[in-house]
Amino acid sequence: MKKKVLTVDDSRTIRNMLLVTLNNAGFETIQAEDGVEGLEVLEEANPDVIVTDINMPRLDGFGFIEGVRRNEKYRAIPILVLTTESDAEKKNRARQAGATGWIVKPFDPTKLIDAIERVTA
Amino acid sequence: MDMNEIKEIFFQECEEQLAELESGLLKLNDGDRDPETVNAVFRAVHSIKGGAGAFGLDDLVSFAHVFETTLDCVRSNKLEPNQDVLKVMLKSADVLADLTNAARDGGSVDEARSKQLIRELEALANGEVPAASEAPASKPALASQAAAPAPAAAPAVNDEGFQPIPFSFDDFGDEEKPVAPFAPTCEILFHPKRELYSKGNEAALLLRDLSRIGEMSIRCDMDSLPLLEDMNPEEAYFSWKISLVTEKGEDAVRSVFEFAEWDCDLEVRTVEEDVEADAGDDELPMQPVPFDLSILDDGDAGATAEADEPAEKEPVAATENNVVPMAAAARAEAPKTETRSAPAAQQAAAAPAAAAASAAQAAAAAPTIRVDLDRVDRLINLVGELVINQAMLSQSVIENDNNGVSSINMGLEELQQLTREIQDSVMAIRAQPVKPVFQRMSRIVREIADVTGKSVRLVTEGENTEVDKTVIDKLAEPLTHMIRNAVDHGLESPEKREAAGKNPEGTVRLTAKHRSGRIVIELADDGGGINREKVRQKAIDNDLIAADANLSDEEIDNLIFHAGFSTADKISDISGRGVGMDVVKRSIQALGGRITISSKPGQGSVFTMSLPLTLAVLDGMVVTVAGQTLVVPLTAIVETLQPEASAIHSFGASQRLISIRNSFCPLVDVGRILNFRSTQANPVDGVALLVESEGGGQRALMVDAIQGQRQVVIKSLEANYTHVPGIAAATILGDGRVALILDVDAVVAASRGQSLKQEISLAATG
Repeated sequence: MKKKVLTVDDSRTIRNMLLVTLNNAGFETIQAEDGVEGLEVLEEANPDVIVTDINMPRLDGFGFIEGVRRNEKYRAIPILVLTTESDAEKKNRARQAGATGWIVKPFDPTKLIDAIERVTA
Repeated sequence: MDMNEIKEIFFQECEEQLAELESGLLKLNDGDRDPETVNAVFRAVHSIKGGAGAFGLDDLVSFAHVFETTLDCVRSNKLEPNQDVLKVMLKSADVLADLTNAARDGGSVDEARSKQLIRELEALANGEVPAASEAPASKPALASQAAAPAPAAAPAVNDEGFQPIPFSFDDFGDEEKPVAPFAPTCEILFHPKRELYSKGNEAALLLRDLSRIGEMSIRCDMDSLPLLEDMNPEEAYFSWKISLVTEKGEDAVRSVFEFAEWDCDLEVRTVEEDVEADAGDDELPMQPVPFDLSILDDGDAGATAEADEPAEKEPVAATENNVVPMAAAARAEAPKTETRSAPAAQQAAAAPAAAAASAAQAAAAAPTIRVDLDRVDRLINLVGELVINQAMLSQSVIENDNNGVSSINMGLEELQQLTREIQDSVMAIRAQPVKPVFQRMSRIVREIADVTGKSVRLVTEGENTEVDKTVIDKLAEPLTHMIRNAVDHGLESPEKREAAGKNPEGTVRLTAKHRSGRIVIELADDGGGINREKVRQKAIDNDLIAADANLSDEEIDNLIFHAGFSTADKISDISGRGVGMDVVKRSIQALGGRITISSKPGQGSVFTMSLPLTLAVLDGMVVTVAGQTLVVPLTAIVETLQPEASAIHSFGASQRLISIRNSFCPLVDVGRILNFRSTQANPVDGVALLVESEGGGQRALMVDAIQGQRQVVIKSLEANYTHVPGIAAATILGDGRVALILDVDAVVAASRGQSLKQEISLAATG
């Protein structure tokens, strides 16, 4: 069984990069464009791990993570925050919202896969 | 999909983000203080920065970073986005666009300008950040930027470079142990808190990762595990003591706990001498955890290739079997049993509901797809052929079927209607809002306002008005020129305006709207209006008119459309360059459009352009002239009439006038103008088409007969043959014959004395 990754990012560029990187690394990838869509597809996608951006329209990464954590079924799913924000304040907020870990952009395939493997069995 | 394609997507996305950025900034400029507007602006820059970082576009990243930092100050209400701030930001948006273009096309940018703006942006961010305590995170970065003379690269690199553990080890200090020549042993005490699990981290995985960086022995402390009835399934009861023989040092160990360090008690220390590998049989609660170290064999943590996947499967599964049950016991996997319970279900439902509520606030965007323009054009061409084919079919059926079998006729009618609908729908695909062009104009206004030292405000209306993409593309250039003219020549200097009792800030209003099947674009300024005395004098100086010519105001105004006409006393940088309003007029005409001007002294001028919605089809009147079939664009025709002999008056040697409702209108024999015949036809035998050409007033075009009205598909003559004076394009009629489409304006111009060839060549060199 391939591991399933749900990615949530509003940037088409980053979505495509995630898709290519994750598919190449043998993951199954489901993509959402913002937090609202992320929560909508969550049940159906039934991912093993979530990678999400912070700055997004409609519902940002913080809100999305909180939404996932409120869901009994997914409250313990690993969530990685993919964002250019490297300052401690933003990381802290993401952590408080329930993020498992983070990947600091610029986007680097090795870092991404490394981080995913760290939080998944 | 490869990286180049993604890069292409990135640049497409950049363009959208830049448009978003600019429209957001303009909204803020108009006093919009909706936080979502600020957020959208911030996201646009942020998004560009993110993508640019992935492609190593450092210039773009550094500029976007500084821009973003300043925008963040606005977002967090530390900086009030007043006019001055927005001025800098709009300019920064322009530079960001330049940098994006340079990154895509390999051009260069005005570095002095971008550096200047970086300084201005930083000044804004610094000036308004009140205290260090309010911005602990951004303050140091800003300070370092301000200190460095060329700050562009430095902060961005720091910011973007991924150093796994750059902060917050206060508890341990930043002691850096020199790497010992032999593999040292790390002693690790790891006590997870319940938060560690609730955030999706997993002690077993951390232990697995530790095992990958060295040889490990591990003990689990289960002392705090209560009796089953006292056990809280959510609580974390276990802790671990680990000895790890590794050459990678404490940093590597800590980086394993990077995601978990807040949610656990962690002690890491290096012991120099080889510690006893096995110290604890005497401590009963500390039992060796059966940890499958076979994963060490493929323990490359950075492995990404698929090849690693199958190899890892088994060991990982083994790890789960051996270790996870313990960790699972620690948090008891509550979700699995509770999923179906009612409150949980409610909670689960609540999340999307809340999300939906916030979604409702944002305007729901209709789903769209992106299609290669070539495909659309191919489709449009095909539909054009279909229209022609359908017309031919109808015609041959009508010709061959004199009984008029009603079912065939009905079918044909339906076919005709369907064809028409298909055509409309296809055209709608190409229709785009004029917004992008209008947005580009705001930049033009800013630039020229800067150069001329005038204060200008651009107001746009109807920017969602849709028109064929070809029209939009070709609109930018004339519009740019007109905007420059409006600011440079139209608007007065702030001092003059104030003296005249006007707002020192001039307004340029750009409006688009649909009117009777065409798009009408108006450009109005509230400047001084056309100085008719000056225009007149200039026209006399340039021999455009006789010194004693008696011209109406309208005629004088229209003089500015003459080749090489410029009323500016000195040729400025902006509207100089030998490009005048005549070029604008010709571009508009080439689009099948008309341009008119109306001006009021002291109050400003209004340029009105009327353009067809599409360049692919045209509603035309099919006429016969000297045995030839011609198509006259319907939009040009005011009315048609059958002249009576008494209404025709001779004027001079060859001119004739027709009197229509007590006014005289020159009569133009189309057949004569186009050299279809050498002598003028008798007007009484033909039909007069009263046409309106821009500036030239009305003319009556004489044709021999009217065949009917029809929508025709425009086939360019230039593309397939060559330009023919007096002819705009060609089309294929229902009977398969080619018909020429009359260029009404050229014909009218030709009727003003000059022959067609002269007029055309004059215009071409003008």
